[in-house]
Amino acid sequence: MTKTRQFRLIDPELIGGTEQVPRLIGSVCAGCGTVTFPRQRSCPRCTSEDVQPRELAIRGELWSWTIQCFAPKAPPYLPGGVEEFEPYGVGYVELPGEVRVEARLTESDPERLRIGMSMELTLIPVPGASDTLTFAFRPVEEDE
Amino acid sequence: MSAGDDVAVVGVGIHVFGRHDGVTGLEMGAIAARRALADAGITWQDVDFAAGGSDAAGNADTSVSILGLTGVPFINVKNGCATGGSALTTAHAMLVSGAADLALVVGFDKHPRGAFNPLPEDWGIGSWYGETGLMLTTQFFALKIRRYMEEHGITESTLAKVAAKAFANGARNENAWRRTPLSEQEILSSRMVNHPLTQYMFCSPGEGAVALVLARSRRIRELARVPVYLRSVAFRTRRFGSFEVFSPSIPIESAPSATTEAAAAAFEEAGIGPGDVDVAQIQDTESGAEVMHLAETGLCEHGEQESLIQSGGTELHGRLPINTDGGCLACGEPIGASGLRQVHEVVLQMRGDAGERQVAKHCRVGFTQVYGAPGVSACTVLTV
Repeated sequence: MTKTRQFRLIDPELIGGTEQVPRLIGSVCAGCGTVTFPRQRSCPRCTSEDVQPRELAIRGELWSWTIQCFAPKAPPYLPGGVEEFEPYGVGYVELPGEVRVEARLTESDPERLRIGMSMELTLIPVPGASDTLTFAFRPVEEDE
Repeated sequence: MSAGDDVAVVGVGIHVFGRHDGVTGLEMGAIAARRALADAGITWQDVDFAAGGSDAAGNADTSVSILGLTGVPFINVKNGCATGGSALTTAHAMLVSGAADLALVVGFDKHPRGAFNPLPEDWGIGSWYGETGLMLTTQFFALKIRRYMEEHGITESTLAKVAAKAFANGARNENAWRRTPLSEQEILSSRMVNHPLTQYMFCSPGEGAVALVLARSRRIRELARVPVYLRSVAFRTRRFGSFEVFSPSIPIESAPSATTEAAAAAFEEAGIGPGDVDVAQIQDTESGAEVMHLAETGLCEHGEQESLIQSGGTELHGRLPINTDGGCLACGEPIGASGLRQVHEVVLQMRGDAGERQVAKHCRVGFTQVYGAPGVSACTVLTV
């Protein structure tokens, strides 16, 4: 990823593109075309080891969602994330023709989430580590 | 399977579920084991094979230092929520093969308060998954039922009814943890945990132990108890395309769940169909799991749960009583013990020994199903 200012990614294996237009890095099987996220070294569908990295689509549709209403335990969450906990949305976003990716959502109001709505990849600070970015999906207007 | 290879549950024992400060998981397991041996009318010295496990309370085979050092082969299993089912699978196979005649299966656990905190690295996922706030089983169940409700017309009222039934049944079970009945409204208005699932729709990690004595062929008839035949045990892991817990992504191409495959295999091996089941215990980690597992096991059609549950069909007097002991919701979830608790309850129901919670109908076929991370399931079919 091209850096425009000081930040670190939660895991450089996961995220490519630029800070303005980040891309998730998955993998695609040369044998059967199966797309996975994160990148895998072998194909979970056909067992082939001929698997290449692939930048995934940035837009998709919300396939399911929930709101995380209690602070996760640390570990595996960060202690700072527990301290500053606010409820957050979580969902699976279906990237057309590729895969459904689980992610944080920038929206945490249950009234404003519905299955089938359009979502776009973005980056958010990791709770409890503000200099570190992780990926999330944000709702987009149909004409955006 | 020929008649000579029959395997039956001939003894059951349980240590009350809940919180038990000052008692170790191993001690609870030994108490359950002694009760199962007494129920079968045998001694620990008679047992020629044992299998057991716990997720967080130590090595099951350490039980021999409490029960007695008889030299018995004792295999430890650890398979998440399917630990009990795996121990049962192992013992069943040993008996069917003729390698043993009388087996003890034990499962126990003791978990700290609050939600489980599994580490992503233990499940083949990077630490980013936990730091981002995705490593929670409660999220998975919420995401799965949210999608399922949309596809199959399940209402929040039905989720609440599942929990209300669990607590009503738990109130009649002296070995349950949660024994206070709750109304549908109390359940719906309790604290939101993960939309659409509220606090009382979730089970809590807890403590408890269960043991079973299994016998093979001729030994069955020598024992006093009415045998409940274990017609099949089937255990499966996930296939590509099934939607399972701790999945950073899921394929668009979908496949049946581990539960669907394990249930189908158990019914096929038993030569009995899901329509023949009189009483069943299925994994109800939360209300939505019971709803989805009802259809995944074949006990009803997808979407049929709404009318089945709303009409009281899964209650003690219903046409298909489910989780008659209160399930995980009322008993809590000591991981190693839950799968065996299900078999324990079906055995009591089929013997007619379930007391206040004995189902109205005569039970000839029973069924159990456990499910756990990262996509494992074990199912059994039992008959009298």
